[in-house]
Amino acid sequence: MAGIELTGLSTVYPNGVRAVDELDLEVADGEFFALLGPSGCGKTTLLRTIAGLEQASSGSVSIGEADVTRVEPGKRQVAMVFQDYALFPHMTVERNIAYPLRVRRASRTAQREAAASTSAGLGLAELLDRRPGQLSGGQQQRVALARAMAMSAEVLLLDEPLSNLDARLRLEARTFLKRLQRDLGMTTVFVTHDQAEALALADRIAVMSEGRIRQVGSPREVFQRPAEVFVANFIGSTPMNLLPGTVRGGLVEVAGTTLDPALPLTDGLSVTVGVRPEYLRVAPGADGITGAVSIVENLGVTSLVTLECPDGTLVGLTVPEQDEPDVGDTLTVAPDPGRLLLYDGATGALLG
Amino acid sequence: MTPRQVLRRTGYVAFMAVVLAFFAVPMLWLASAPFDSDPGLGLRWPDWTLDNWRTTFEHPYALSSLVNSVVLCVVATAATTVLATLAAYALSRVRIPGRDALLYVLLLLSSVVTGTAAMVPIFVMMFQLGLINSQYATGLVIAGGLLPAAIFILKDFVDSVPRSYEESARVFGASPTQVLLHVVLPVARPGIATILVWAFVQAWGNFLLPFLLLRDVEQQPAAVLLRTLKDEGGSANLTVIPVFSLLYAVPVVVLYVFVSKRYGFRFHGGIKA
Repeated sequence: MAGIELTGLSTVYPNGVRAVDELDLEVADGEFFALLGPSGCGKTTLLRTIAGLEQASSGSVSIGEADVTRVEPGKRQVAMVFQDYALFPHMTVERNIAYPLRVRRASRTAQREAAASTSAGLGLAELLDRRPGQLSGGQQQRVALARAMAMSAEVLLLDEPLSNLDARLRLEARTFLKRLQRDLGMTTVFVTHDQAEALALADRIAVMSEGRIRQVGSPREVFQRPAEVFVANFIGSTPMNLLPGTVRGGLVEVAGTTLDPALPLTDGLSVTVGVRPEYLRVAPGADGITGAVSIVENLGVTSLVTLECPDGTLVGLTVPEQDEPDVGDTLTVAPDPGRLLLYDGATGALLG
Repeated sequence: MTPRQVLRRTGYVAFMAVVLAFFAVPMLWLASAPFDSDPGLGLRWPDWTLDNWRTTFEHPYALSSLVNSVVLCVVATAATTVLATLAAYALSRVRIPGRDALLYVLLLLSSVVTGTAAMVPIFVMMFQLGLINSQYATGLVIAGGLLPAAIFILKDFVDSVPRSYEESARVFGASPTQVLLHVVLPVARPGIATILVWAFVQAWGNFLLPFLLLRDVEQQPAAVLLRTLKDEGGSANLTVIPVFSLLYAVPVVVLYVFVSKRYGFRFHGGIKA
């Protein structure tokens, strides 16, 4: 088992696109690590550079203690599961799973044993004689995982592991994947564009955009204290309220009211006030943001309410199902203590 | 049924019968004439005999020309299939500027400047190389004519093999040769089988090139010999021609049935799951 260390890593495509830009990152041994970002942010390129399928233009990739920057993919002790699983359609499940051993010219018996032992743990024992085309999406994914495990590599890379499954199956596969990773204790890096998936699965998350890492942290850190406006915007099932405000006399003027930032701030600074809809409470008569209910969206156990403030600002908050207001009601809402985040209006960086 | 429908139905059946007969009569002739004691150009119920077969087998060049055809076709088909597969794989995976233009020009030239148009230069070139009357050389010239179209068709098949298959094999440590043998070739197999049969049929039926380049009657393939099967009077030798034609038709049919059964033809790229 081994950790991964990336130092000053850049991957530039022949057409000049810097998909990965001067990136430093450390993934600890046995960690379940997510690379999260919108499409085109370079996360898949980064994963492929770790695998060796893309050549790093500068910087280095180390796995364990060894520098593998110029090492062929097959010699890096890295297994990878592709987004489309890349199961070989002309081979049975057994032959697919045993393929890493076939490449190393292991005997047919050793191949069969490896396929049998890996497949048993993944509930594939019954399917060994089938072709990939005869399997469901979830089964195909497990075959791909079994094949990666049969390689007995030190690092497992997963490219969008859940994106090819339908919504229901995705939740089951998520739980399954998390348990599998914990049982194997294998350093695992996965790529996703789905923040909920990253939050649910990963021990730590790197949020990427434009080939750079914007924030690295545990799901809790990234969710509660996004380091910049981009991350704040990207993380969370309901979009975070990001309201323009100005500092006046130690208080922040925002959406027609003033809030106490609990931070020493210079007067006249323009800021972005960030607060998650989940951290806003209805507080009648309190010092808070007041607006008229314009839209109510049912999210199941909660509802997302959009308030329109007198100055036109829209503010979202979630309320429990029994407290759902009517459209047109006027509400005053205040953030939970300590949940108000302030970002520099110019740079987008978190203040305080 | 109204009388109108009866009329339409009758007309349709009559028309189909004529069309069918048009195609069936030559086939029936091919099946019956070899066994007829006095085969003519018409179709009739034969009075069974195997004399024609004896005469054909005693013909000095009939059987050897069929062997020549097999040699020629195996050379041409093997060269076309192997080279087209490797070229298609390379052209599909390596980005070179002007790749598509190159392919189209090759295809265009091979379909415009072939056979008759290139007859003289090909003959002169082969003559100067001292390759007249060489079956292998003739096989390669035929392969050269087939390659552009074969590459073009096969590239489509290889294009449809997802790259992730190869990348996946590479991550598991497969060498480029292993990637090709374990993954690319098996997945592109229906396309390769198609090209194989197509190349064989083209070479088997090719008259002009062997006629030009194989001047020695002992080297000539069946397609060329068929033209020379005449009796002393100069008219078609109808004792030998029916049997010879039947023998000439068999390999193509057998190959087609075999390959179709074993691999299945696919005329569009794609992965058979």
